[in-house]
Amino acid sequence: MKTNKGSLSRRHFIRQTGLSGIALTVGASLSASGKTVVTLIGGPAPAQELVAWISIANTGRVTIMNHRSEMGQGTSQAIPQMIAEELEVHLDQVSVLFAPANPEKFGPQPQEGSFSVRGWYEQLLRIGASAREMLIRAAANQWNVPVSDCHAAGGEVIHRPTGRKLGYGALVEAASALSPPENVVLKNRKAYTCIGKPLPRQDIPAKTNGTALFGLDKKLPGMLYAVVERNPRFRGKVKHFDDSKAKAVPGVRQVLTVQRAVFAHLYEGVAVVADSLWAAMQGRKVLTVEWDDSGFDHLDSDRLAAQMRENLTKPASSETVETALRGAAKKIEAVYETPYQAHSCMEPLNCIAHVQENGIEIWGPIQEANWIQADLSERMGVPKAQVTVHMTFLGGGFGRKAFTDYPHEAALISRAVKAPVQVVWTREDDMRMGPFRTGAFYACKGGIDENGRIIAFQALTAAQWIGQDWTPEPYPDPKPLGDNTGTMEGLSSPYYKSIPHYSFGGVGTRAPIPVMWWRSVYASTNAFACESFIDELAHEAGKDPLEFRRNHLDDKRYRAFIDQLEAVSGWPTRDKKTGWGVALTECFGSIAGHIVVVARKPDGNVKIDRVIALIDCGWYVNPDIIRAQVEGSIVMGLGAATKHAITFKDGKAVEQNFNTYPMPRITDIPRIEVHIMENDEKAGGVGEPGLPPFAPALCNAIFDLTGKRIRTLPFNLDAV
Amino acid sequence: MPMPTYTLTVNQKTYTVKADAQMPLLWVIRDLIGLTGTKYGCGIAQCGACTIHLDGAPIRSCSFPVSAITHQQITTIEGLSPTHTHPVQKAWIDEQVPQCGYCQSGQIMAAAALLKTNPHPTDEAIDAAMQGNICRCGTYPRIRKAIKKAAGLTP
Repeated sequence: MKTNKGSLSRRHFIRQTGLSGIALTVGASLSASGKTVVTLIGGPAPAQELVAWISIANTGRVTIMNHRSEMGQGTSQAIPQMIAEELEVHLDQVSVLFAPANPEKFGPQPQEGSFSVRGWYEQLLRIGASAREMLIRAAANQWNVPVSDCHAAGGEVIHRPTGRKLGYGALVEAASALSPPENVVLKNRKAYTCIGKPLPRQDIPAKTNGTALFGLDKKLPGMLYAVVERNPRFRGKVKHFDDSKAKAVPGVRQVLTVQRAVFAHLYEGVAVVADSLWAAMQGRKVLTVEWDDSGFDHLDSDRLAAQMRENLTKPASSETVETALRGAAKKIEAVYETPYQAHSCMEPLNCIAHVQENGIEIWGPIQEANWIQADLSERMGVPKAQVTVHMTFLGGGFGRKAFTDYPHEAALISRAVKAPVQVVWTREDDMRMGPFRTGAFYACKGGIDENGRIIAFQALTAAQWIGQDWTPEPYPDPKPLGDNTGTMEGLSSPYYKSIPHYSFGGVGTRAPIPVMWWRSVYASTNAFACESFIDELAHEAGKDPLEFRRNHLDDKRYRAFIDQLEAVSGWPTRDKKTGWGVALTECFGSIAGHIVVVARKPDGNVKIDRVIALIDCGWYVNPDIIRAQVEGSIVMGLGAATKHAITFKDGKAVEQNFNTYPMPRITDIPRIEVHIMENDEKAGGVGEPGLPPFAPALCNAIFDLTGKRIRTLPFNLDAV
Repeated sequence: MPMPTYTLTVNQKTYTVKADAQMPLLWVIRDLIGLTGTKYGCGIAQCGACTIHLDGAPIRSCSFPVSAITHQQITTIEGLSPTHTHPVQKAWIDEQVPQCGYCQSGQIMAAAALLKTNPHPTDEAIDAAMQGNICRCGTYPRIRKAIKKAAGLTP
């Protein structure tokens, strides 16, 4: 994902969130503002807001705001679980609401970079503790006893000498009149009763009975529906459209040209607006649009691949890498190729916009509430305070819903038809309109010395940079690669120290295809190249692949990690009739390592038997959610490695639905076991780091079994 | 041409709707009847998010025109159990299956239909019954466990 907009300093955070008292909302009740929030778990009870995030009803029921998106990664569990720990309430006393976009109150809300816990835990613990201290002080005041004689537990303040108790519900009014404390003491990790436990997710029951509200489920009174015929070549303009047949479809109200802003480009389409989604879809079927597709290249995948391969030959190598390679005992070179990917969230893109004179309201599955608010304010000429962005559950996100194009398009249509409009993307729209994950090609070269240590490693990437559409200037000519410069998102950091001569660089490939972040971003492809190549070097050195990595990852945390991976997998005593492959990666503040075990089926084809995954995400909140995220990352990685690719022909994406872009299905899934490192490192990301190691671990396992090295994704497992 | 009228029994309640004969049951259920637990995923019967029961058997409602309904009983996720406590729903909670949750109505309807005809399915039977349902979050390992749990088997 994009880089975090900067972690908040404590000072700034307190000011923003009202802990200093400046923005403390005394007397505001959720019943008054309840209509602006979408219920996530439980119902909004009339309640007094104590501090940002926390309101308490006089019944003692606590409402915690989830200021992050819930797209399956578990923020609606992890955030209350953190706050409840310090607030000293049980989770069954807690309702959870989706917070609307409000960066002044909640700080930055973009859902990216696996940041929900790692970017917020210290602040959220302090929020919970501050509220707890205010409630304790309110009780001590009422009893006229020293604060030090009181403590909180289970939603009550207890006076230890007398055993008197007061519930939070009875204290909230007095507590909210107090100033939040300057400093709070956080609980010792060993004293946690809530954090660190595999507590069941509070959002799951609603997801088993049809009551969870996703973007596509939201309806507004008088809402119209729109579908949009967008230019399949992305950049072409509408020359002419004929809506005579479309308008004859019962229910179709209006047909209009609409734009979609993708970075610096304005793409065009024709929207069919109707009383029902079905009518809009029928109208679109009989709409004819003539496009002006002049002025840009209508690329084919073959030509794009050839361009990337050529780009890999352009920059001169690092001089010290070349010198080291000349003296190497062994040296190898390899090219790895990865495809374009669609995000393919199960809930296709959709968004409701209601543009009125006094402002804009948005409802939808949204990963980027703040950006959408700012973007719509700028593009639509409406003050930011008058743009309200409501979040619903997201039926998957994976980065695609961290963008502004689909709300902007909905807002333009709503403004034109003067009604609330839900714009629905069909699966075909969702899959072929991008932005996609870029395909990325890699040229690797490296050498080892007599002792089997890497003395030089150079990796050059050719890809479409995500930033390219923000700065539509021509790329500068590629510069020669520098000595010991560059980084590779996903590469384990100790390699930068242990490899004496390295160089990592890239050549941007310009193409009229929109690209963006996709779960684990560049690490999703970098890891395939780097961890495959490390394996190739291990083989050249005649070393055990896990031992080879251990020798180069000279770091206490990594040593413990590799020891644990070895222990839980049984690597040293592995069955030689099966193929074992390992890959380790580091991204979004966590280390992940997978061991994949493959075997021959009776028909001779290769099957994946087992995946043993280990993640070190440091301090953590809910181990079951971590396991679920890593399991899911492996399944998503399996699809990206062996199933699907977006290809282009004559400037258009070829794959349009799950029949040609096949997803992993239950029949494809091996046994997966996930283990978590226990340590006191800082919290790391969970939603993304489990994905990058899968493809290289699988291909390394296939090499171990068959001697065949796979360097191009996706590949057909049945044709190995 | 006026739209035809259809009388449908959904979750044991009778609804009369005016709809284009070709309108898939999915959109009738979601947009005309207002039961939004059944999801749109692909529109071409490839993903199973729209799975409902027709007289107890699983069908893909995105590819089933409303005019093809005669007198069958339609069951959606909302009607699987009046108290949301169908053994499959309970097992889904016990095994913490859903992540984003979008596909899970379809997964649960497919699993419930399987257990109705085959109360003690083998691994192969589970795979065969569930392979039409895509989960992009990758909850398949837990789906397997939950089905076994609902069937009273050791997961």
